[in-house]
Amino acid sequence: MAVLDAPRIVTQRRGIPDSHSLKVYLDTGGYDALKKALGMNPEEVAAEVDAASLLGRGGAGFPAGRKWAMLRRSPVSYLVVNSDESEPATFKDHYLIEHDPHQLVEGIIIAAYALQVTQAFVFVRGEFALGIERITQAVNDAYAHGALGSKIFGSDFSLDLVVHPGAGAYICGEETALIEALEGKRGFPRIKPPFFPAVTGLYGEPTVVNNVETMSNLPWIILNGGAAFAAYGVGRSAGTRLFALSGRVNNPGVYEVEMVKNTFRDLIYDPAFGGGITEGRNLRAFIPGGVSAPWFSPEQLDTPLGQDEVGALGSMLGSGSVVVMDDTTCVVRAAWRITKFFSRESCGQCTPCREGSGWIERVMYRLEHGGGRPEDLDLVLDLCDNISPGLSWPPAQTTICVLGPSIPSSVKSAITAFRGEFEAHVAHGGCPYV
Amino acid sequence: MSGFFRPDLRQRAEELVTLYPRRRSATLPLLHLVQEQDGYVSEAGIEAVADLTGTTPAEVRGTASFYDMFHLEPVGRYLVGVCTNVACLLSGGLEMLEHAEETLGCAPGGTSSDGVFSLEESECLADCNFAPCVQVNYRYVRTRTPSEFDAMVDDLRAGRRDQEIPPHGTHSRVKRHVTLRATKEEVAAERRRQSEARAAREAAKEETK
Amino acid sequence: MSEPTPPPPSITVDGRTVTVTPGEPLIEAIARGGTYVPRFCYHPRMEPVGVCRMCLVEVDGPRGPSLQPSCFLKAADGMSVITDSEKVKKAQDGVLEFLLSNHPLDCPVCDKGGECPLQDQALAHGSGESRFIEEKRHFEKPVSIGAHVLLDRERCIQCSRCTRFAAEVAGEADITFSGRGDGIEVAPAPEHPFDSVFSGNTVQICPVGALTAKSYRFAARPWDLDQVESTCTGCSVGCRVAVQSSQNEVIRVLGVDSEPVNQSWLCDKGRYSLDGLRGTSLELDSPGRRLTHPLVRRHGRLEEVGWSEALAEAARLVNSVAPDEVGVIGGAALTNEGAYAFARLAREVIGTIHLDAQYADGVDAALVSALPPATIDDAVGARVLLTLSGDLRQSVPVLYLRLRAAARRGTLVQIQSGPDALTPLATHRISVRPGEIDAVVNGVLEGRGVAGTALSDADATLVRETLGDGSGVVVVVGRANVAEDSSLVEAALVRLHRAFPAARFLVALSRSNLRGAIDMGLCPSVGPGRARLDHRGRDFVEQVRAMNDGRQRTTIVLGDVMGNSLRPGETRRALSASAVICVTGHGGETLEYADVVLPATVSYERRGTVTNLEGRVSALVAKVTAPGSAWDDVTIASEWASALGVEFGWESVDAVSAEVESSTGYPALSVLDDVSYEGVVVDRVETLRARRARDPVATPGIRSAQTVGLGASVGAVDLETPGTLGEVSRPEIPTSGSPSLSVPAPDAYALRLVATKVLYDNGVTIRGSVALASQVEPATLRIHPLDLEHFALQDGQLVAARSSEGEVVIRVVGDDAVLRGTVVAPMHLTDEHGTDVVGTLLEPESAWTRVRVESR
Ligand SMILES: Cc1cc2nc3c(=O)[nH]c(=O)nc-3n(C[C@H](O)[C@H](O)[C@H](O)COP(=O)(O)O)c2cc1C
Ligand code: SF4
Ligand code: FES
Repeated sequence: MAVLDAPRIVTQRRGIPDSHSLKVYLDTGGYDALKKALGMNPEEVAAEVDAASLLGRGGAGFPAGRKWAMLRRSPVSYLVVNSDESEPATFKDHYLIEHDPHQLVEGIIIAAYALQVTQAFVFVRGEFALGIERITQAVNDAYAHGALGSKIFGSDFSLDLVVHPGAGAYICGEETALIEALEGKRGFPRIKPPFFPAVTGLYGEPTVVNNVETMSNLPWIILNGGAAFAAYGVGRSAGTRLFALSGRVNNPGVYEVEMVKNTFRDLIYDPAFGGGITEGRNLRAFIPGGVSAPWFSPEQLDTPLGQDEVGALGSMLGSGSVVVMDDTTCVVRAAWRITKFFSRESCGQCTPCREGSGWIERVMYRLEHGGGRPEDLDLVLDLCDNISPGLSWPPAQTTICVLGPSIPSSVKSAITAFRGEFEAHVAHGGCPYV
Repeated sequence: MSGFFRPDLRQRAEELVTLYPRRRSATLPLLHLVQEQDGYVSEAGIEAVADLTGTTPAEVRGTASFYDMFHLEPVGRYLVGVCTNVACLLSGGLEMLEHAEETLGCAPGGTSSDGVFSLEESECLADCNFAPCVQVNYRYVRTRTPSEFDAMVDDLRAGRRDQEIPPHGTHSRVKRHVTLRATKEEVAAERRRQSEARAAREAAKEETK
Repeated sequence: MSEPTPPPPSITVDGRTVTVTPGEPLIEAIARGGTYVPRFCYHPRMEPVGVCRMCLVEVDGPRGPSLQPSCFLKAADGMSVITDSEKVKKAQDGVLEFLLSNHPLDCPVCDKGGECPLQDQALAHGSGESRFIEEKRHFEKPVSIGAHVLLDRERCIQCSRCTRFAAEVAGEADITFSGRGDGIEVAPAPEHPFDSVFSGNTVQICPVGALTAKSYRFAARPWDLDQVESTCTGCSVGCRVAVQSSQNEVIRVLGVDSEPVNQSWLCDKGRYSLDGLRGTSLELDSPGRRLTHPLVRRHGRLEEVGWSEALAEAARLVNSVAPDEVGVIGGAALTNEGAYAFARLAREVIGTIHLDAQYADGVDAALVSALPPATIDDAVGARVLLTLSGDLRQSVPVLYLRLRAAARRGTLVQIQSGPDALTPLATHRISVRPGEIDAVVNGVLEGRGVAGTALSDADATLVRETLGDGSGVVVVVGRANVAEDSSLVEAALVRLHRAFPAARFLVALSRSNLRGAIDMGLCPSVGPGRARLDHRGRDFVEQVRAMNDGRQRTTIVLGDVMGNSLRPGETRRALSASAVICVTGHGGETLEYADVVLPATVSYERRGTVTNLEGRVSALVAKVTAPGSAWDDVTIASEWASALGVEFGWESVDAVSAEVESSTGYPALSVLDDVSYEGVVVDRVETLRARRARDPVATPGIRSAQTVGLGASVGAVDLETPGTLGEVSRPEIPTSGSPSLSVPAPDAYALRLVATKVLYDNGVTIRGSVALASQVEPATLRIHPLDLEHFALQDGQLVAARSSEGEVVIRVVGDDAVLRGTVVAPMHLTDEHGTDVVGTLLEPESAWTRVRVESR
């Protein structure tokens, strides 16, 4: 596999010292794309993005161009960029915001221009103290450079960009919860329909929400053309994508990989990427796209890194985070910890999610730490079924947002694939590995 | 109420409110500011934020209590967060947390007896390539072994990392230059101009059809 | 040929067809088809939020049937819904199990036991056995979160009905959720107890026992309670209530979901003043004293006597003076029948024309009955709502709630002294200082500013444009400031009416059955049935004057004059100078001047009708019997007449009611209470309306108590509509000359007094109730901070405030909502020395009152 040939789009400044500074950014072609975009009319800019088939990088994988087109029928009031990255084991946006904040800012300005929005917000996860400092500096510098504010680069286009700090709540990554937080409220996701914040977004007005990585691709797309972007990857899954690789691998990290052309095996084993399992051990299972995604087993290693390819096998590429579990991993413990995460992060509105996450976590805790009963396995699965009836994929949703229906994924994966290990926990009165 | 913030922060508080189309939107940044001043979200701070955002104290408190980073009770000067979520779990996160408990002498959610350190079991901090991940006051310290952790604690106690890690509550040390924004009038004019231009383009398109 | 009419929009529910109004909540449409979908968070009077997930049903969609919350989904033509599948049952059972898994098993000691939707669901569907072995959530049980409300967090199911009520309906988010996930709990801010005047509504709508009322704690079980539907007489809104009692004691009142009136809401004053009705004190001078026997003054002391002796004495006091030397004060607390009986007694038997149910704190009765009237619904649906009133939240709280909902959607213009609770929703607000109202209204109508006032040319033009031709304008009227001569606001009203003949007026009357009292003739300017009078009688102020100079020697006081008079000093002197016969249910200062006291029944002990501020007549049902030998007003009046030698010949209240109908056109009990109508508005031709079915668990406490006798349809569906009733005629608009339009010049040394109504004041209702009296806040003077500076005063300091009439010692508070040059003082509250603030300062003879405020 020609993995080393992967083009560098959003990581083009990787390894350059002070890549976050305006100076380095300008030295490496920064803000050229914006100047080019300002010379086009907004529809042309949007058309390039549409041609690029840029799927949203925040998890749901909705094409950015289509989202914009749907919204542009009525004037869009606000652009909100989602930099709340809190999905466990996802750390690509963290990389982008700390190392290339100007690329993000430039992407935002381009998107704002295409959408003809004059007020944009970037909602940054509160725990990214350094990231917030870097992007705030970048915004200040961009204003000083004339790339933000009144009459950008002498054009008639003006934009105000506000960096909005989060404060520690995973659910604020969900776009409607994010909007609530941006309105100064508790991060309770809004009930749908409407399905997009498009119609009633920030302050009840049409609003586009896009992910950091989605935005960071825009300068390259504008400079090189949507077609050039779409030439990478296959079909809908165009361009490159950042993958955050973690867990039991030799080289955990963020990697930019061409979509579909590479497989999970490449990502995990290729020396340019993961470099194989820690201590040369054997792969037990891996999570292909964040903890909301059902797990994969070694049999799925050769699945291409493409949205539809992974979807066809009953999971998702989601936020692009791959967690590797080897034969030293206790899957009961891993699944318990993931449930605990959901239980801590459920916003608490919907009964099944609020109560279900807690009770599943308690039973899973018991299984891992002693006190598990044989009937607990079916109990947990039945509780999961009460949150997401049928336990199908994609999950049936009976709650306001998809956090609830995400809870069963790992529990069901673990129990289905490793039932014997759960039974061993019950028989042993706790985790046999400790 | 308006007397809550010390002068420099008061100015920032007032600027924050003007950054947003609606003042309630400034709630989260204002609460960060309250923590910058008091180290936690104090009663008086809540009143001040309610006042500035035109909401009730119950709403501000309700909002603050939703978010993990807002502490309604005082915490130590250094808030140590150890991630035990799945990626870190696989690389010894729980063991690191146990070690932190021993070193600091307090359980997660607690504060060391000298009041300097508070400990938290964190959810994923998005730094999984440096697992197990540790943050102090939301700054990554990347101490991956018990001895690195202990050395870091010693450094903090000795004030050797003050430059890098401000006391708990100080969030972003880079401040937005408020004056750099486009004025409301400019924004409004720009919007008008754009929608007219767009309408003209659409009309032209129609004609060519 | 006419087109065939298309079939009405419909959906299918489990195969059956149900017609729908597209856009209505699916759950309501399903209910109309006869299927009850369990629900907890849904409340028909609030926006659906779909959080409890109890109401999941299967709805067919492009990708096959899926589970959807039927409360949130809107019904649309052609929808296919399944409510009885295994999938639906499993989902609902799953939600129920989740709700119960953390819920304590304390139903036997829970106030909600027996009327709890969660308990009912659990009994019907719950498995009974928990599948978990771990502990449930534990919290301290119950904690007090406000003057009336207790919170048990263990029982809370996070449905958010209470927090939504606070934010959405009351507009004061004084309780919110705190925390996240399964740690969320309802809470007020620590230093701000939940003392909203609407707090009781949250208890009423809580679907579990999480929020309970202190007054109801362990007081009764639903199966011990029986109930009737009646009307609250706490203020002139006339909210419909379910009155629940046990062993001849009213234990609880709950708001009935009456579409045109209160839509299930009540204020705490109406809801929690029950202890005062029963009596909380034995002292005669306390409003908490219930009067049980007639009293006659002997050797300077009031002594208990029999009715015949008391009535003989009352007759003697009337007979011993000339008819013109007798006057009648008060009467707004009577039923229509009582008011009618006393009006006949006074006008026909005694022969006096000096009657006044107001205390110089209202708008001229003739004008009230003459202005084209608006109903509450008219006001809610108005194109433009124009308020010339004080803070409606303080005087007519539930009207405020209804108007708030309207103002959120529509256009609100305020022309009044200070901002009030509606102001944040106002489209335009013009501030007026005392003395300016007529001039400012004139300026607005002419579309130009008025020099010396806050009305600029630009504002005047804008507001004038908003008002347009006056169609669809509803004016909400009140005495925003009783320290300003009422003729000023009256002139403004006449002016508005002349300019906009199409505009309608809703008068926020200051007392409960004032409208009924006026229409029955208890006022100096119009007779019974709004008849024209040849001679105007003495109004309250003139009666007080006549008593003081010996022209009125016997005075009949219907109610509590000392608790209502705005000139207490003068009134005390007057009462001492005249013989006084008091008809009242409660003790109070007035009794100190009474020669005869005739004890009357009070709320929920009386049968009859009352008329609310929009002219809606509704039935009062006697639920309990009065203590001792108190009589209802009708009996007192007719027996008194009899003692004076005239027999009215009434055998029951119903007979009086029928006579009222034949002589005034008012609807009588016979139409009103058989099927529990929402009441009938007398100012228009009304189709008698059946009540619509409402969600049975919206107010869980109504469904569970046993309903008895009249008003047997509490909260439920009624019979079909049995007919229409005609309109009662209205008098001409009085044409008395308008006062001059001159604007008072500013005064550097004095502030103009704005005296405003507060809900929790020293009136009988509040002082008589232990729980409510504790909510009375100390009176303060509110002044603009710059005026504080101008007069060299500190925020919060004690000052001497002086008018030409007297001086009070009181704290000043800086408030930038107060207009410069004015000082706002609450009515019927006392200063540091216990003297009535407004009563002391008010200059009765001036158009407005000047107050000087100085450090002490
Ligand atoms: C529970 C939950 C958490 C989410 N967290 C994130 C996140 O941290 N960052 C993000 O960009 N999108 C997140 N999303 C997806 C957003 O709702 C939204 O789809 C996305 O920001 C849109 O941007 P995109 O179209 O560019 O991908 C989350 C969604 C859910 C349901
Ligand atoms: S599914 Fe969970 S996180 Fe999402 S809205 Fe419901 S309770 Fe909140
Ligand atoms: S979700 Fe419909 S009633 Fe609660």
